[in-house]
Amino acid sequence: MCTDLKNGYIQYIVYIRANFMIENTYSNMKKMIRPNSMTRILGIGLALLLSFSSSLFAQDQPEADPAAGKTLFNTYCAACHHLDRRMTGPALRGVGDKFEREWLHAWIKNSQALIKSGDEEAVRIWEEYKPAVMTPFPQLSEQDLDDIIAYTMEVEEEPAATDVAATGAAGSGGSSSGINGDIVLGALILVFGVLVVMLFLVNKTLRKIAEANGVEVKTPEKTKPLWRAFVQNQFLVIVTVILLLLGSAYYAFGYMMQIGVDQGYEPVQPIHFSHKIHAGDNGIDCKYCHSSARTSQTSGIPSLNVCMNCHQSIPEVSESTATAEYSKEFYDGEIAKLYKAVGWDVSTQSYTGESQPVKWVRIHDLPDFVYFNHSQHVSVAGIACQVCHGEVQEMEILHQHAPLTMGWCIQCHQDTNVKMEGNEYYTKIHEELAKKYGVDQLTAAQMGGMECAKCHY
Amino acid sequence: MASNRKYWSSVEELKPNSSIADTLKQNEFVEEIPTAEFLGNEEALGASSTSRRDFLKYVGFTTAAASLAACEGPVTKSIPYVVQPENIIPGVANYYATTIANGFDFSSILIKTREGRPIMVEHNKEAKINGSPNARVYASVLDLYDSLRVQGPKANGEYTSWDELDTQVVAALNSAKASGKQIALLTQTYASPSTKKLIAEFSQKFANVKHIQYDAISEDAALDAFESTYGQRALADYDFSKAEVIVSFAADFLGDWQGGGYDAGYAKGRIPTQGKMSRHIQFESNMSLTGANADKRVPLTPSELKIALAKFYGYLNGRSVTGSLPAHIDEAVKAAATQVARAGRNAVVVTGISDVNAQKVVLAINKTISSVVMDAEKPKLTRQGNVKALNQLVADMNAGQVGVLVTSNVNPLYTMANAAEFEAGLAKVDLSVAFSLKEDETASKTTYVAAAPHYLESWGDVEMKKGMYSLMQPTIRPLFNTRQFQDAILKWTGSSLNYHDYIKQTWETSILGLDSWNQALHDGVYESSLSVGETEQADAVAVETPQVEAEAAVVSVADAVRALAGTTPAEGMELTFYSKISMGDGQQANNPWLQELPDPLTRNTWDNYLTISMADAERLDFENYIEDNGGLNGSYAKVTVGDVTLDKVPVLIQPGQAKNTVGLSFGYGKKLGLKTPMQTGVNAYALYQGFDLTQQVKIEKVSGIHEFASVQMKSTMDGRGDILRETSLEIFNTKDSEHWNPQPVVSVNHAEVPADDATLWSTFDSSIGHHFNLSIDLNACTGCGACVIACHAENNVPVVGKSEVRKYRDMHWLRIDRYYSSEETFEGDMDMVEAAPNSISTYHKLEHPSENPQVAFQPVMCQHCNHAPCETVCPVAATSHGRQGQNQMVYNRCVGTRYCANNCPYKVRRFNWFRYNENDEFDFHMNDDLGRMVLNPDVVVRSRGVMEKCSMCIQMTQKTILDAKRDGRPIKDGEFKTACSAACSSGAMVFGDVNDKESEVVKQKASNRMYHLLGFKGTRPNVFYHTKIRNTEEV
Repeated sequence: MCTDLKNGYIQYIVYIRANFMIENTYSNMKKMIRPNSMTRILGIGLALLLSFSSSLFAQDQPEADPAAGKTLFNTYCAACHHLDRRMTGPALRGVGDKFEREWLHAWIKNSQALIKSGDEEAVRIWEEYKPAVMTPFPQLSEQDLDDIIAYTMEVEEEPAATDVAATGAAGSGGSSSGINGDIVLGALILVFGVLVVMLFLVNKTLRKIAEANGVEVKTPEKTKPLWRAFVQNQFLVIVTVILLLLGSAYYAFGYMMQIGVDQGYEPVQPIHFSHKIHAGDNGIDCKYCHSSARTSQTSGIPSLNVCMNCHQSIPEVSESTATAEYSKEFYDGEIAKLYKAVGWDVSTQSYTGESQPVKWVRIHDLPDFVYFNHSQHVSVAGIACQVCHGEVQEMEILHQHAPLTMGWCIQCHQDTNVKMEGNEYYTKIHEELAKKYGVDQLTAAQMGGMECAKCHY
Repeated sequence: MASNRKYWSSVEELKPNSSIADTLKQNEFVEEIPTAEFLGNEEALGASSTSRRDFLKYVGFTTAAASLAACEGPVTKSIPYVVQPENIIPGVANYYATTIANGFDFSSILIKTREGRPIMVEHNKEAKINGSPNARVYASVLDLYDSLRVQGPKANGEYTSWDELDTQVVAALNSAKASGKQIALLTQTYASPSTKKLIAEFSQKFANVKHIQYDAISEDAALDAFESTYGQRALADYDFSKAEVIVSFAADFLGDWQGGGYDAGYAKGRIPTQGKMSRHIQFESNMSLTGANADKRVPLTPSELKIALAKFYGYLNGRSVTGSLPAHIDEAVKAAATQVARAGRNAVVVTGISDVNAQKVVLAINKTISSVVMDAEKPKLTRQGNVKALNQLVADMNAGQVGVLVTSNVNPLYTMANAAEFEAGLAKVDLSVAFSLKEDETASKTTYVAAAPHYLESWGDVEMKKGMYSLMQPTIRPLFNTRQFQDAILKWTGSSLNYHDYIKQTWETSILGLDSWNQALHDGVYESSLSVGETEQADAVAVETPQVEAEAAVVSVADAVRALAGTTPAEGMELTFYSKISMGDGQQANNPWLQELPDPLTRNTWDNYLTISMADAERLDFENYIEDNGGLNGSYAKVTVGDVTLDKVPVLIQPGQAKNTVGLSFGYGKKLGLKTPMQTGVNAYALYQGFDLTQQVKIEKVSGIHEFASVQMKSTMDGRGDILRETSLEIFNTKDSEHWNPQPVVSVNHAEVPADDATLWSTFDSSIGHHFNLSIDLNACTGCGACVIACHAENNVPVVGKSEVRKYRDMHWLRIDRYYSSEETFEGDMDMVEAAPNSISTYHKLEHPSENPQVAFQPVMCQHCNHAPCETVCPVAATSHGRQGQNQMVYNRCVGTRYCANNCPYKVRRFNWFRYNENDEFDFHMNDDLGRMVLNPDVVVRSRGVMEKCSMCIQMTQKTILDAKRDGRPIKDGEFKTACSAACSSGAMVFGDVNDKESEVVKQKASNRMYHLLGFKGTRPNVFYHTKIRNTEEV
């Protein structure tokens, strides 16, 4: 419940790989809201409104709108600045108190010009943060700048503490109910045991009474045991044996066919990397990280510098990312593992040069005698990654979705039409084959995609 | 049929009643399983502690254990880069242009790297000279991953630091400078403008510096002759594609003569176009690769050779020359001279005699006829070794005058005949440093071993030919703590530059002019009109002198001819050294690919041996015979030159070897820096006295039997004759192809139809999409073996070792069959004798067929039959047919019945008798982590118990198709390649898509020389051959 609540007002940040622009994704936010939490959302909304109005009163210039400022901040500034943490640029909370409004405006519009003009403050900041040059923002109006400054002047909210407490409570609640269940179960077993003992004792007592009273207890007549009857019936024996053999053969076959098939394989990785957060919640394209899938046989496990493209400015997850299962601390710890591996020092925002490669556990592992080429399927055929890898964007822990057996490959080659439109390579062969088979669309198999040595060499 | 010649592949077949040869012909499998032998031995069976029941228990247990073990999959780790280099995409190959210049082989090449590892050598199409790598260059990539390389600087056998070495060396250099002692740099031929400049600077700093260049196999005579004629120490370059007549006096120019690299040009002139092709006459003692390709080959002794050259000069210039030759040789010399005279400037004469006079005479002849083939204006600089300077150095060393000796990539203690003298001198040198890849014979005796990088880890530049520059760039970070010679010299000179910066500086100031360094580095080659300072001056001198020296030259040539003619015939046997295409000068001896590459002529691997003629072998009681298992055995000889004796040299009967001569190859018998299996053969350098390729020799038979690892008796194709087709140029030009290249026919319904029309099988429709064909021109194929090594590298073909090769279990996917043929069949000979017993001409013809056979090479790989006999017999459908024409072999499906190999008429399938990787029994490159880095990741490494064979490089064709699909474009002709066709510098192999009607391979297929191997079998192969045409008067 509390996670839903957080989703209500914590921003999601999406990095778009082309230009690293940061967008506010309200649409995403909306998706996550569930009807049963609406009332809470309304309550929070009210609280927000109150805080806005209080800040409204606090501002000298009544037209400055921190809400608009927040949007602008996330669009233009958040790539390099955080309110409370130094990133590429300094932490910005309360920046309006530290500098004159006009000075800030001039700095944001063109910091380099200000530095060149010899302004003392500007030069001091440049000395501290160079060679990182702040992007000039001449397109921002005075109003926009005031809005942003207003946003930075907001008092820090402290939802984190309550949230963690809530999470903790929820967690402990869950686990205590587990213990309760066990106790109940144990008690029940105990009760049943007592009952059985009691019944036995009652029976014994009754029998004693009966004996004492001279009542004869009937012993049942001895009949032929069932197993003996069964053994003596040869027909039944043969039928059963045949059935048993067939059954065991069936299971043995099924078992053997599973050897080497690792469908559902879900190993523990050295870093808990959640595809759900990256590809799902944040909508990062698969090929942003697995870029070689477009040009190479392997999709490639991204090198750590690719991670750092984003994580250089994302040292922690937002409150709303944490789930009942995985807390914010847990995720932040995983990011810290990345920093350790890549040798990134958060405090100085620089690389230490001491790196150690991450030894991922390979999930999709074809045998050496199979040649599979990603670019053939991704770039040429235009097949979505999910066709073979499943709904990766929903996997918190990645597992092998497809069986990766030869039958599975061939099935697809028989069923799938080759995407030939607009590809000049196929023009001639399509014409000829279409005539030969009398069809308009050709399957991969008809193109020769079932020949042994297309994959085995 | 083309002719009624008898073809034979081994001397054994010539023996009248050889049961072995017959048996082998009958055998489908050479390697019979010895069941009868085993089961017949009651005693051994009874004594065995393992009963039948025990055996069954073991089998049961191991099967159960294996299946249990198979249930749990291993955990595989994937480790990505921390920071991925920008230009590396895992799974995509990168190519870099670089140059090999190891003192023996000089070639501009492309290196294919995968994930930063060099895995394959390829042609550099930009290179105008030496752009066609030979077998050794193709194999050189494996040397990089040699596990026995020196991994860091060493002093007294212990690893030390470079700083320590620098301090000691600089101190020694300074003290040598102070005491006036000599500082000697003994290096390979670098032919490098930057190194030359660098050494000049070094000499300036330390005053008493001598730079001696040393070639293990010397071209000193040719260099001296060229220097005295043209004023520059270099070698004339030849473009054999322009030659109409080639007369060679023991110049193995298709081998390593004067640095080699002439095969591409030669092959161009050998393909008959418009009824014309070059005529090639070879006079020689050993049967060389060049002699094997000649139209007419005259075997003669080395001393006769010199007289023959003198006489040739005489006939050509109409002067009488003294000296006597056997009549038939004299006749041949006269005929050759006539042909050269007729061809005039389109003729060329070359010689490999290591005698200044001979070399002078040849240069004079080419100059007189103003041959267009020879280029003396822009000579080759790839051999610079100076014997006089070397001898002086040895003398100086022994006199204690040398303070510091630095060697670089030379191994005089192995390659010098007077190694003992050098070693004695070395002990008197104050400090010696050996830059070496290996802790070899020399490096283990010097004060310091300076670990040198492989050429794929080094910077460098080479001027192979005047004005033709090449650049060497690293393609991988140094694997070990190595430093190259030039970097060390820079450091000792006190320069802060590294060698890369130094080369760049040199190039930008004196070579490139206004051209871009990056472009030159990208291309790997650069042709300049500018030249580095000193050579320009030398030029100026050369230009001035001719008029002054012209008359003196005439006199000196006359003297030279007289000296040659006055050669006294040798008493007893004469030995001629040669270098094998596989082993060269021996610096790559630890390369298992090269060790297992069969010699093109003897088809022997893992050995060197004394080649001897059949007549001499009979006279001296040497024998070669084939054992029951098909292995070749031979006697040993004691070989004495002067006072040096090699005790046990195996003797091999070599058809075509001149009588009274023997041959022995360099490069073997090395002991240090080699894995045990690689320490084979005897060291011929010990007999290489005075750097003379011919020596007077005494030969005695000694006891013992040598086991050769020869592949010559394997796969005799069941005695079917119509394998190799050849005819003469005359017949080719005058008669219909029906006569000399008949297409096979079979009788159907009492009518003859082409063999391909009659078939049991339904035909595959391969008219749609790609359909690959490989064309092999037997005229252009010189048998050089580059394709075999390229195939090894591309397809991860395992090396099996000497004892396995001896059992015919070699794994070569591509073999180059060598066939000998005599003038007539033996039966014909006997008939002739009976018909005219007293005619002299009959007896001439009756000379033993092995005395001077004609030779033909035929590369044979899987023929990719459209109606493949192997496919029909596979019980598990592990081999099947693809629409693109490939006969596909699926290793994971194969259960190893070997039925396919049995049914293959071409004997091209190879069975994995063992696991050849990660197996200590096969301690070659696939047994260590380093050596496995050379494996091609696109091709699976096969396991034990499966059949394998040529795949027509389907990984390469698939890659080409995929690239085109991704770019959305049709494929151009020439894009499709196989490893062998890409490696073939002579253009003998052309690969392509026959459904592309404009392609080169379609043109090749339409030729009237085209035939299919065993075409009458109706297998419809996708590989076809071109009938060999010889430019002879008669066949």
